Amino acid sequence: MQQIINFILRNRSFLLFALLFGVSLFLTIQSHTYHKSKFINSANFLSGNIYKTTHGISQYFDLKIQNEILSEENKKLRQLLYSKDAADPDSVSLDSFTYTSPYRFSKASVIKNSFGLLNNYITLNKGQKDSVYQDYGVISSNGIVGIVDQTSAKFSRVMSILNSKSRINAQLKKTNHFGTLKWEGKSPELVQLVDIPKQAPVQKGDTIITGGRSTIFPKGIPIGSVVSFEMDETGNYFIVQVKLFNDMTNLGHVYIIKNLDTEEINTLETQNEQ
Amino acid sequence: MNSSIGMHITRFILLVLLQVLILNHINFLNYINPYAYLLFILLYPISNNRQLFIFISFLLGLTIDLFSDSGGIHAAASVTAAYTRPLFLKFAFGTSYEHQTVKISTSDFGQRLTYFTLVVVLHHLVLFSLEVFSSSHIILTLKKTLFSSIFTILLCLIFTVLFTRNTK
Repeated sequence: MQQIINFILRNRSFLLFALLFGVSLFLTIQSHTYHKSKFINSANFLSGNIYKTTHGISQYFDLKIQNEILSEENKKLRQLLYSKDAADPDSVSLDSFTYTSPYRFSKASVIKNSFGLLNNYITLNKGQKDSVYQDYGVISSNGIVGIVDQTSAKFSRVMSILNSKSRINAQLKKTNHFGTLKWEGKSPELVQLVDIPKQAPVQKGDTIITGGRSTIFPKGIPIGSVVSFEMDETGNYFIVQVKLFNDMTNLGHVYIIKNLDTEEINTLETQNEQ
Repeated sequence: MNSSIGMHITRFILLVLLQVLILNHINFLNYINPYAYLLFILLYPISNNRQLFIFISFLLGLTIDLFSDSGGIHAAASVTAAYTRPLFLKFAFGTSYEHQTVKISTSDFGQRLTYFTLVVVLHHLVLFSLEVFSSSHIILTLKKTLFSSIFTILLCLIFTVLFTRNTK
């Protein structure tokens, strides 16, 4: 017994080091599992409020660019509104925000954004108080941004599409061939669309949109355009390099999408599996 | 003694804020960031209480992790740097370390550079190995370690030159 105590006393620095290293390793591995990093994330009270305060100052610096982005979006929406009106005034409802649609949109501001790491997260200034919960989609005026992954009372953390763990269902605009959108961590402008079958008529410049197969995003949200494509090792699927429409390094205002049907679809799908 | 504890707490908070609010957003060439919060570990006084030092370094890393959503990679790297620091001190400063007379502010530039380089490179190697977390991307890990280390060492040297009191 004496010897054990002596051993512990003699090596207490090393034991403390091993213990703390083990704790941090545990936290690291936990953060690699989706939805698991409960405590160490930026959507908590302390870091959320600090980011909010600094965002309050720094947002003035790119006010001009954000205004241009918003007015560009207004122009787009106005064009859509009037072109629909002229084409067929009776058959479609002008307001896409009708109560028959299962999707509800709400707005939020980005208070922290990163794109230089391998696993990037974005922090938003809306949380559970504004009824934002896990697995809601996040888009900007130009395309998709990511998926809500952790929420606190006033803030939420979004797993950016620039995250090596992110997997999003996407498809070609002109046909229904779909694949999975991933990021290999090189450039914040390029994402990769994998598992597109080789029968698909992919061409440079084609538009990629979200597929309707996930319950998170509605079908048809623009993602980017094809820059290049090649066969994977098996020779059955394409790996497509997609240039994002969105500038992920400059995000200001975003929209959070809630799907009212998620629960119903999920219960139905789990029933099928049983 | 009290004023030195106060100074260390202030330094801790200032370096964390500097790191998470400014340096984490530099993204030079999209992925190169300096990690100047290491300055706290580099400049912590050489005392006998190693356990406290290791624990404070862990807290420092964990605070950075909290802000940058990175799990526990900064905590792991900081703890490693803190634990191995005496080894590098001995290597860089030789006998004057053994007599406990080392002062970073008055030390030779070459010795200081050696000491900073060793601690920073080890810290960054652990940091990026855990961030990338895959042996098939070892080139990416090494590339990130190399470039970020250069950036961090430069910044740390500039800070120590700027913020040391002129003793003359």
